[in-house]
Amino acid sequence: MEISKKLVNDLAPQKFGKVGVIWTTSLIILSIAGIIAYIDQVRKGQIVTNMNDYALWGIYISNFVFFVATSFVGAVTVAVLRLTKNAWRTPIVRIAEIISVAAIIMAGITIMIDMGRPDRLLNLFIYGRMQSPIIWDVIIIPTSIAVCLLLLYFPLLPDLAILKNYFSETKPKLSKWYGKLSMNWTGSEKQKSIQLKSIHIVALLTIPVGFMLQTVDAWLFSTLFRVGWDSTNLGAYFISGAAVAGISALIAVIYIVRRANHLEEYITEFHFDKLGKFLVLVCLIYLYFNINEYVIPEFTSKKEEVTHLNHLYSGQFAPLFWFVNIGGLIIPIIVLLFKKGRKPLTMFFIALLVVVGSWWKRFLIVTPTLLHPFLPVQGVPESWHHYFPSFHEWIITIATLAMALLIITVLVRYIPVIPIQRTADEQSLIETEKVKS
Amino acid sequence: MEDNTKNSRRKFLDKGLKIGIATAIGSIGLSKITGKLNAKNEKVSGEKMELMTTDGTIIEVDSSEVIEVTHHHDDDKKYNLREGIPNRKFVMVIDLAKCKNALKCQQACNKHHYITGEHAWLKVYKMQEEEDTAPYWMPTTCMHCDHPACVTVCPVDATFKRRDGLVLIDNDRCIGCRFCMAACPYSTRVFNWKEPEYGEEAEIMLNMHHADEKYNSIEYTGMPSKIGTVDKCDFCPHMIHQNELPHCVTACPNGVFYFGDKYEDTVTNGAETLRLSKLLEEKSGYRLMEGLGTKPSVFYLPPVDRLVDFKEGLNFYTDFNSVNKTEY
Repeated sequence: MEISKKLVNDLAPQKFGKVGVIWTTSLIILSIAGIIAYIDQVRKGQIVTNMNDYALWGIYISNFVFFVATSFVGAVTVAVLRLTKNAWRTPIVRIAEIISVAAIIMAGITIMIDMGRPDRLLNLFIYGRMQSPIIWDVIIIPTSIAVCLLLLYFPLLPDLAILKNYFSETKPKLSKWYGKLSMNWTGSEKQKSIQLKSIHIVALLTIPVGFMLQTVDAWLFSTLFRVGWDSTNLGAYFISGAAVAGISALIAVIYIVRRANHLEEYITEFHFDKLGKFLVLVCLIYLYFNINEYVIPEFTSKKEEVTHLNHLYSGQFAPLFWFVNIGGLIIPIIVLLFKKGRKPLTMFFIALLVVVGSWWKRFLIVTPTLLHPFLPVQGVPESWHHYFPSFHEWIITIATLAMALLIITVLVRYIPVIPIQRTADEQSLIETEKVKS
Repeated sequence: MEDNTKNSRRKFLDKGLKIGIATAIGSIGLSKITGKLNAKNEKVSGEKMELMTTDGTIIEVDSSEVIEVTHHHDDDKKYNLREGIPNRKFVMVIDLAKCKNALKCQQACNKHHYITGEHAWLKVYKMQEEEDTAPYWMPTTCMHCDHPACVTVCPVDATFKRRDGLVLIDNDRCIGCRFCMAACPYSTRVFNWKEPEYGEEAEIMLNMHHADEKYNSIEYTGMPSKIGTVDKCDFCPHMIHQNELPHCVTACPNGVFYFGDKYEDTVTNGAETLRLSKLLEEKSGYRLMEGLGTKPSVFYLPPVDRLVDFKEGLNFYTDFNSVNKTEY
């Protein structure tokens, strides 16, 4: 079947304009700055951070949790929408897969930044013990990376073949690469059936793997005694939070890509409307778990719980706490419940708000708990009673975020963000149905 | 045709694999059976031997059946770093009634362990649970729990529990993830955020220890401290090794700390030696956060009938300092 020239022209990766080049260059600069700061941290030790024996984990860990959460977008959109046969997903799945890949790769990297002895990384494999939740993470993260990569790659095969032909004259070198990556895709029935089966298996796999990833991440905290972490609620809480972070990141990226690549024809207001409804659904679920975490302990008023909650309600973390919960959850829910709130531009800003809220939310999960151990904090420097990231921590963390965006940018630059073959198939299906009627 | 050959190859591989596994299992089984048969086939010598059983009756057996028992000598006496000192179980008792925050324990600990960070291994907390309850001074060491949360979560077995009760850290293996620190409900663990800065004197002492084989081991845990790894109170195994008491016990002018062996049921603070069980029973000993199920090896005696005024201790109390660095 012939695919219309216009479709390929529209959807094939385009060269960056001026803005794109500036954007990419600044991401590279930020990444390099982070690498330099990290080298400095390795040389001097983690004394360059503001972490201490009480706030023993800082934004490296909360940033890691954020990346893990965001990577859930692949499972939640691609797999769940696939299984529920939601046909509107076609133009958004590729972007979701790209975000998933970028986030999970960066999660794997950020967790290593937090290690006091990165030179002993191999000890995890030499002496690893299954009973430690860290080893569960060591197992599930590479698994997720593999699954996410396959979930991106399998559906990409026909498109790569199309791009090979498309660029064969204008850019023979690039075309050769596409050809190699497409693994000699011809579109024969046999290839199609193998591909379909593979996609189905990987999509099915993403759900349990995604759930396990989020749950293991939650168990890193809930297997410990600390107040605020020691909760049976935490696994489900993290899964729902991950859906919020993932879908809001997806909306924000879709909006930008849509504008940059002029895809208004393919990603319409209809899609934003659907995504908005999806986001408000997961936000409501998350709100439910937040009530469980932040309101219900007040009733039994255990001493430690109350100290912890009071620090969030009205203590040093209060501004952040209320910003995260009102700005990052309640306002988005209210806005997105209305049809007018689900217009692309409004949703872009709401999604950005939710993403920022999601990032700080992880900070609120990690830090306040650590600052309120069971025994009082005494006999340590005054600065150890608080925690705010140091310059090094910020530079490194910003760099990891920049790297994630860089991975997304590079992928958007070289692979079609909207599946070409699938869109063509769907269009022809609609055509034939029109002819029939 | 092509399909056929492919199928037959697949079948061949499948069968080959199954036969291979069957052969392997079969041969193991066979060798076991023949081994047993061989044992029974040994010739009966006809000579009888008289032996006494453990309950005192005399029995007669064929001499060919008599095999000398191989003794695992030394196994229970041999010292193993990760197993600990055999047949001991070290415990500590801290009498809160006697503590007046003299901080000699902390100073001795800091000095002998060359603590260079900001956070001492041994801390004396100013405690007052509620406004209506009495204030008291509470020294804490590592609790050397029998269900140590830190050991459970360590991904690389760098921190380990020994049979003699000690929880120690192999700082040549620690990867610095700080999961154990988050797991410890007693906040006892400290981290070497930077390269430890030993004073000159400490450096010389450390080098001496290093030259001496005996000290250059995990036994002398966390010695010397290493950047990017976790440290904590080690119950002074180097002192126990020489049949001496931990530094905090000997340094305390008020006899607050008792150290001893649970199996021997004795603890001593240097001046007096007491029955552990009797002491705990008479003075209502308890352990910190018993509800968490960590089963600490450190017991506390409640701060009752105090001979000293709580306020005296305030003279030595500093909010923000536990390691005096100019001391070296």
